[in-house]
Amino acid sequence: MDSAFLVRLILLLPLAGAVITGLLPLFMPGLRKQESLIGTVGTLAVAIPFALVVWLFLTFDGEPIIANFYTWMAAGELSVDFAYRIDELSLIMGLVVTGVGALIHLYSIGYMHGDDGFWKFFAYLNLFIFAMLNLILADNLVVLFLGWEGVGLCSFLLIGFWYTDLKNSAAANKAFIVNRIGDFAFLLAMFLLFRELGGLDFDTLLNGVDQMDSTTVSIAVLLLFIAATGKSAQIPLFVWLPDAMAGPTPVSALIHAATMVTSGLYLLARMSDMVIATQTIMAVIAIVGALTAIMAATIAITQYDIKRVLAYSTVSQLGFMFMAAGVGAFFVAIFHVVTHAFFKACLFLGSGSVIHGMHEVEHKLEHKGHDMSDFDAQDMRTMGNLRKYMPSTDITFLISTLAIAGIPLLSGFFSKDEILFMSFQAGYNGMAVAYFVWGVGLVTALLTAIYMTRCYVLTFRGEERWPEPEKVTPHESPSSMTIPLWTLAGLAIVGGYIGIPAVIADGDWNWIHHYLAQDYGGPVADLADTAGFSVPLALKWMLIALGGGIAIAGVAFSWVVYNREGLAYDDVLRARFGALYRSWEVKYRWDEVYDAVVVSPMRDIFAEGFARTDAKVVDGFVNGVATVTRGVGRLLSRLQTGVIHNYALMMMVGVVVLLGLILLM
Amino acid sequence: MTIPYLLSIVIFLPLLGALLTLVIRDVSTVRWMALGTTVATFLLSCLLYLGFDPAADPSIPQFADVTGPLISDAFDVKYFVGIDGLNILLVMLTTLLGPIVVLSSWHYIQQHQVGYYGLLLLLQTGVLGVFTSFDLFFFYIFFELTLIPMYFIIGIWGAEDRIYAAVKFVIYTMVGSLLLLAALLYLGYLAGDAVNQGVFTTDYFNLLALEIPLGTQTWLFLLFAFAFAIKVPLFPLHTWLPDAHVQAPTGGSVVLAGVLLKMGTYGLLRFCLPLFPNAAFSWAMPLAVLGVIGIIYGALVARAQPDAKKLVAYSSVSHLGFVVIGLFAFTIEALQGALIQMINHGLSTGALFLLLGMLYERRHSRLMSDYGGIAKSVPLLTFFMVFSVLASAGLPGLNGFVGEFLILIGAFKSAVIGNAGLIALATTGVILAAVYLLWMLYRVFWGPITDEANAKMEDINGREFAILAPLAVLMIVIGFVPQPFLEKSEVSMEFLLDTIETKHESIAEAAAAEDSGDIPAARATFDGSSFTVHGADK
Repeated sequence: MDSAFLVRLILLLPLAGAVITGLLPLFMPGLRKQESLIGTVGTLAVAIPFALVVWLFLTFDGEPIIANFYTWMAAGELSVDFAYRIDELSLIMGLVVTGVGALIHLYSIGYMHGDDGFWKFFAYLNLFIFAMLNLILADNLVVLFLGWEGVGLCSFLLIGFWYTDLKNSAAANKAFIVNRIGDFAFLLAMFLLFRELGGLDFDTLLNGVDQMDSTTVSIAVLLLFIAATGKSAQIPLFVWLPDAMAGPTPVSALIHAATMVTSGLYLLARMSDMVIATQTIMAVIAIVGALTAIMAATIAITQYDIKRVLAYSTVSQLGFMFMAAGVGAFFVAIFHVVTHAFFKACLFLGSGSVIHGMHEVEHKLEHKGHDMSDFDAQDMRTMGNLRKYMPSTDITFLISTLAIAGIPLLSGFFSKDEILFMSFQAGYNGMAVAYFVWGVGLVTALLTAIYMTRCYVLTFRGEERWPEPEKVTPHESPSSMTIPLWTLAGLAIVGGYIGIPAVIADGDWNWIHHYLAQDYGGPVADLADTAGFSVPLALKWMLIALGGGIAIAGVAFSWVVYNREGLAYDDVLRARFGALYRSWEVKYRWDEVYDAVVVSPMRDIFAEGFARTDAKVVDGFVNGVATVTRGVGRLLSRLQTGVIHNYALMMMVGVVVLLGLILLM
Repeated sequence: MTIPYLLSIVIFLPLLGALLTLVIRDVSTVRWMALGTTVATFLLSCLLYLGFDPAADPSIPQFADVTGPLISDAFDVKYFVGIDGLNILLVMLTTLLGPIVVLSSWHYIQQHQVGYYGLLLLLQTGVLGVFTSFDLFFFYIFFELTLIPMYFIIGIWGAEDRIYAAVKFVIYTMVGSLLLLAALLYLGYLAGDAVNQGVFTTDYFNLLALEIPLGTQTWLFLLFAFAFAIKVPLFPLHTWLPDAHVQAPTGGSVVLAGVLLKMGTYGLLRFCLPLFPNAAFSWAMPLAVLGVIGIIYGALVARAQPDAKKLVAYSSVSHLGFVVIGLFAFTIEALQGALIQMINHGLSTGALFLLLGMLYERRHSRLMSDYGGIAKSVPLLTFFMVFSVLASAGLPGLNGFVGEFLILIGAFKSAVIGNAGLIALATTGVILAAVYLLWMLYRVFWGPITDEANAKMEDINGREFAILAPLAVLMIVIGFVPQPFLEKSEVSMEFLLDTIETKHESIAEAAAAEDSGDIPAARATFDGSSFTVHGADK
């Protein structure tokens, strides 16, 4: 088949899906309740593109396929085409987006069953896939930006999906506006690069790095990185992501864990030829990633809302990916994007299944006459021992927990260890901050093992903590929800084998490295590989042992203490860490600081102040000519007889007078 | 098929409708007559659009209708209208909004309907005349002609403070246009002496051929720019706009935002830039700074408004700041962006005013606090509102992005105003637009319904759908396929920029030569009764 035609289908099917599940029911309310029709169309609109991406993947011969459809906008030097690029990087991302996307669509059929907005939900999800595909398949920054803002829009619509609760809408606004700050930097990067290079397609940009002076390159990369901190939730712009959990849980899994939030990494990987040209900004990227990782991990330890734990975990894991990008190991960043998509999507869908179960408990208890107004179906303090009632959810959640914790031979182990190793190696090769990054990463890895095990144990082990557990019990979710769970859990186990570490067969079996990296003909630059020195083999084995050991120790410790003491162990931590723990609990007060420093001044001082001044200026100006104004006003209002002939007559007089004036001159 | 005098028919058909209102007394007949007239005008203008050849010589207006000197041979003032790349889209926007405005007034206007529709039609002739005149004097007459009906539309059919708003609108505009008139007369004599054998002329192409010495250019430019800046409106001359918008009936607001403001930016583009290129270059930076202040200031003030209509009014101040930046960047990217942004603003802000008008018809309130949660009761209206908000906020894939992106990317590389810090400040407009627009959605559409009256609100009907759908379709078409629209103005815009640059260089050289005393250069002197220009004959 013609590959340009395939690309067209891949892009347009999800868009068609959005039209069928969204626009048609909007104008034909009768369709809105056709859940099976809408669910099927919505899921197929992503599953078929997945099959097509698989086909492209299997038949890909190493030559990038450029599909140029038409010129979007052109003026002067600028010419932007709707052009798309199929290469190793976009194929990997495409597989994840459509593959995980299709599974989450399937899951949503069960999860959203009975919701009034079922149709709208699928329309937004389909639209999201369309935008995300634009983002990852684009052949220039402008089309990428179309996808970039498009996924932001869908994220906004889905966070605020249950709009009758203003809390959700506020979270949606926050997400969109914070992302817009990043988008602002993205726009500036495009303006700058266009001025310097006269084009915005990737070939022009990446071949033009040498033509720019190093300051310009640094500024451009910094701007792109700021854009990435918005979409990929890094310091300082991560604050929207925890609030984004207000959206339905499949959204958290698809958009706020597996796909959209990795866009920033994708952008850096796509622009990696430019990124590696600026050592300073790379160091910034690595440090920001490391600080974000440990900051979010410490917060995650203290949270009770199961989705918030996972949200902070996502921020932390994204930090790991930026560490990889910062030390120049872009292929490893993408590797972690892939494995993270598997286990974090599984964890979020698992939490959705849990919330489903806890809602069942809530309704049953309400039925029995309990006052459930304070009940929170997402609060782990009301859960416990769910493994007894939800075995599939339990096992898949456990697998993913172990995978994200980095237990050897599961997927997270391979990708996270590779990140740690690459950081170490960069330090070994002379990048001083890389050792710092590596150290922070190691501590964060330990924290990850601890907080994820805590989350699992508090949810699935121990005793039931809701009222009357002997009479009121939840049930396992339907198979449309458990099938995606098992599929993703399976991938969370095996997904790591696409990146077997270099200690084995001298790196020859590291498929994703060979597939993506420029040294092997791929699209992604690889600083680590070209740096020269190599860490001795024995040291490599020691580092792997250290990484694996930390994960096992963290899981084991947390398993023991939380199984033994349950929630009470949090008090032990609180007592032991004192003020430090307190600062984690209050999430370092990022929101409060932003509110005091940015939001409130903008709103209360500038917006309100200018508005008042504007009114005063109006009054002042007009009062200056007050007599004229009022006099004329009175006169004219007297003339307003409401008889149109009078007005017409006046107009004629005016025109005649004017023409007379001209003649006289 | 070619229709003789097609352009003139398009311009004056609404006037014919307006005259008919003098004889028709029946309200229903008048409404249908107005609708018929505006639809016919629109359909005829489509012939202009289809017949327009964007690749043809841009120095020859197409569909031109020209008379001889109208008053006497001593005054080369003539009716000269035509179509080129700079005005074709604006003409189409005007004729498209015609029937939309009539339909939006269908039930909104409850009294003196006959007069209302008459004035609306008269207004359309005025606006079309402004956009198509190739004689500066007729441009001025049409420019003034729009003032009168708009004054009455605000003053009679407006809200509680309508008289205040209408008078303010008139005073502001009159101040500008009197200065414009003075400058125009001076310019006419100047051009007459220099390029028209001493006969007063306001023919656009005579004026275009005129090379005005630097000193004279500066103050002529400032008088023109002042008049147009009031219309745009450019900060700090914007304060008439919120009152006019808030007080005007929906139809008035749509015409005001959709096309009347564009007369200001169009005037800058058509006259200020090519007639006074050196002054325009020198003053570009101050004006761009005012544009940037307008973007930020307008957005912040919009955020603080409790009144939804006022919020959208201030958003216009913000959005038109982008257009001003685009005009004074002197790059083809930014100029093309500015032109398409004029259209975009007409579509998306027009749609926003129409939607707010629909809400007002239902609940008789403009205050956002009187709403809340109405997405539940009016899902279709909500859909169109979200759509228009996103277009207005410049979301890629909708029309606003194309304009803003071209303007900013062109301004960033501009040799005249391309200061990275300044353009970065302008770009913050994309953040701020999201802020005030999303909080408007938040306050009006999301949340629980707290007021029983909001729960019982009816969703949009067929008439309202017919009003909104074409606008929404155009927003998405221009968003994804802007090229056919951009191509319409490309050649004309390149010609314009070329003229500006050539003249700029030639005048600057002449001035430099005069300074060094080599050659007697073009110079205007005023000897008490007439102007004499030396050395500038073409």
